[in-house]
Amino acid sequence: MTDPTMTNPENIDAYYDDHALNPIDPRYIPVTRITSAIMMLFPIVGAGVLEFTISPIPGIFILPILLIAAYFVFAVPARKYRRWGYHMGADRLRIISGYLFHSDTIVPFGRIQHIDVEQGPVQRPYGLATLTVYTAGNHNSAVSLPCLSHEDALAMREAIRAHIKRDLH
Amino acid sequence: METEAGRKLSLTGLLVGFIAGLPQLFFPILAVLYGAGNSDRGLLLMPVLIFGLLAASLLFRWISWMRFAYYVGHEDIRIESGLLNRSARSIPYERIQDVGIEQKPLARLFGLSEVKLETGSGSGDEAKLSYVTMIEAERLRALVRAHKSGVIVVPSPANAAAETERDDAAPPIFAMNIARVLTLGFYSFSLVILAILGGLAQQFDFLLSFDLYDIDAWRDSAKNNGYVIDAVSRCARIFAGVAALFGLIVIGFATGIIRTFLREYGFRLDVSPRGFRRRRGLLTLTDVVMPIHRVQAATIYTGPIRKRRGWHGLKFISLAGDSDKAQKGDSNHIVAPLANLAEIERILTAAKIDPAGPDVIFLRGRPAWWLVQLMAAGLVIIAGIIALIVAADAGWKAMLLLALLPLALGSAFLQWRFSLYAVDGDNLLVCGGWWQQRMTIAPQIKIQTAEISQGPVARFFGLCKIHFGIAGGTLSISALCISEARLIAAQVIEQVAALDYSKISAPKI
Repeated sequence: MTDPTMTNPENIDAYYDDHALNPIDPRYIPVTRITSAIMMLFPIVGAGVLEFTISPIPGIFILPILLIAAYFVFAVPARKYRRWGYHMGADRLRIISGYLFHSDTIVPFGRIQHIDVEQGPVQRPYGLATLTVYTAGNHNSAVSLPCLSHEDALAMREAIRAHIKRDLH
Repeated sequence: METEAGRKLSLTGLLVGFIAGLPQLFFPILAVLYGAGNSDRGLLLMPVLIFGLLAASLLFRWISWMRFAYYVGHEDIRIESGLLNRSARSIPYERIQDVGIEQKPLARLFGLSEVKLETGSGSGDEAKLSYVTMIEAERLRALVRAHKSGVIVVPSPANAAAETERDDAAPPIFAMNIARVLTLGFYSFSLVILAILGGLAQQFDFLLSFDLYDIDAWRDSAKNNGYVIDAVSRCARIFAGVAALFGLIVIGFATGIIRTFLREYGFRLDVSPRGFRRRRGLLTLTDVVMPIHRVQAATIYTGPIRKRRGWHGLKFISLAGDSDKAQKGDSNHIVAPLANLAEIERILTAAKIDPAGPDVIFLRGRPAWWLVQLMAAGLVIIAGIIALIVAADAGWKAMLLLALLPLALGSAFLQWRFSLYAVDGDNLLVCGGWWQQRMTIAPQIKIQTAEISQGPVARFFGLCKIHFGIAGGTLSISALCISEARLIAAQVIEQVAALDYSKISAPKI
């Protein structure tokens, strides 16, 4: 299934940009908000304790931490969400992600060793799941796509598995 | 598609796991004993706390047992687990390299065993069923073998002596005589022993009966022996300096030669039916087999001095050598420590990797990539100067730090000059390092994934880096512009996607 435009230097950007990327589920934003908030709870509690015990000026510990927490909980998830995208090709999975550090990863189905569909405690009430594919490479040995609807994730797993099976015959 | 009903692990196995896990509870129990010992009602609390700890451990094991199920399907084995984090793993039969059945003494007592489904995935995070009955383990293994029939290799009877005899009879593909080993030792100049001795002296100087660095004590000692040291003349100082330098050089070469001699003595590489077989070592002889189909890429490396004599080294990037557990962590796949290019070419050909011909066109990355690094180094130096002037009141002397700038410039220039890449036919070639130079040759079909990554600074300059996933190693090309990177990734993946990994990685029958 070689695409003639694929290896032509003139068309390469067009080829990449033409393949419309699917967004992940928009409920990624609330899920990430909740997990970030839980993660930030630890430094907030720590800063609170310092605030009550040794703080010389009121707010010197708690305020910066609260600002950082607010940034991670309210600003970052939506920006990260906009960067996520994936494309299921006939024989490969492309995943792009990253708000500050962009990454654009292609995993050919033929290199996938096994597949996980995982539901975290925060994802479960939303009916979301994370699809992770494992390869034998040291770099990118596990490539994850978070917050797909659970049915989509299962369907993608079936599609990839079917491809691995078909490829052998 | 239909699968049979989910199967649970053996309930007896829960008990076995609990007993086998008891040593892990040793420290918590110790903590309880310590804590209770400090309290007034310690004797009363102790049994209660220990019992609670054991009960909690058993409860957690029971919960995870309850939530664990595996399904044997037509095309894959699925494992569902986890209480809060529900995970459903699918392992297609085609990807299972090996079914390991392990029986620890305690498990054997109950007729149980641990089943490991090995897929050769890079993360080592594979599927484990602990514990199932021995009958079930055998059934699973037979099932997987049946599904994979045609791809299974029956391990030949381990007739090691006959194998060695046969290998010894044939000429090796590469071997090093004593002269070659000594030459390699000469290039392996190392002062690491001084660091070790220095560290030891610092750690254990309390064992010495005198203070090593007390000049007066040395003077007294000289006096006691009938000499008087008043001053040390310039001539004596220069002499001492030269002697010290000479001593360092002798120590450095001696360390290199002795270490190399111990490790590489009798180096011999054979091509046996099982793959490359490497034997070496003087006191501890090591014998490693690397199956040819598991070689993912090769790296030719050399140093600045040995390169002038045409000496290079060759190592393989490979999945773990034998299926042997002991060698799984052994990532050292050096197949020729010191060889000329003709010898290296012979080994590469045997490994089914095309050696790079002279007509390969190498390309360089964009210089802007290293300019950015240079600018970052410049900023650090300027910040250092300001800090010295403000904080340490160093005055104009702080400007001496500017001398570092040419060094950074030279290093950036050399890195740019020596970073090369080529997409040549079926191979991907990447060179790097100006002091320790290396060139990695990777057949494109052995590549697993391609990732184009871009940090905030690189994005500003429109540059990026490609990481290729290979089994057992890493391979990356930096300083590309996006279109170049996309083209390379597309070309490689186009080759890769056409072939299934289990076909290129499985041994040919």
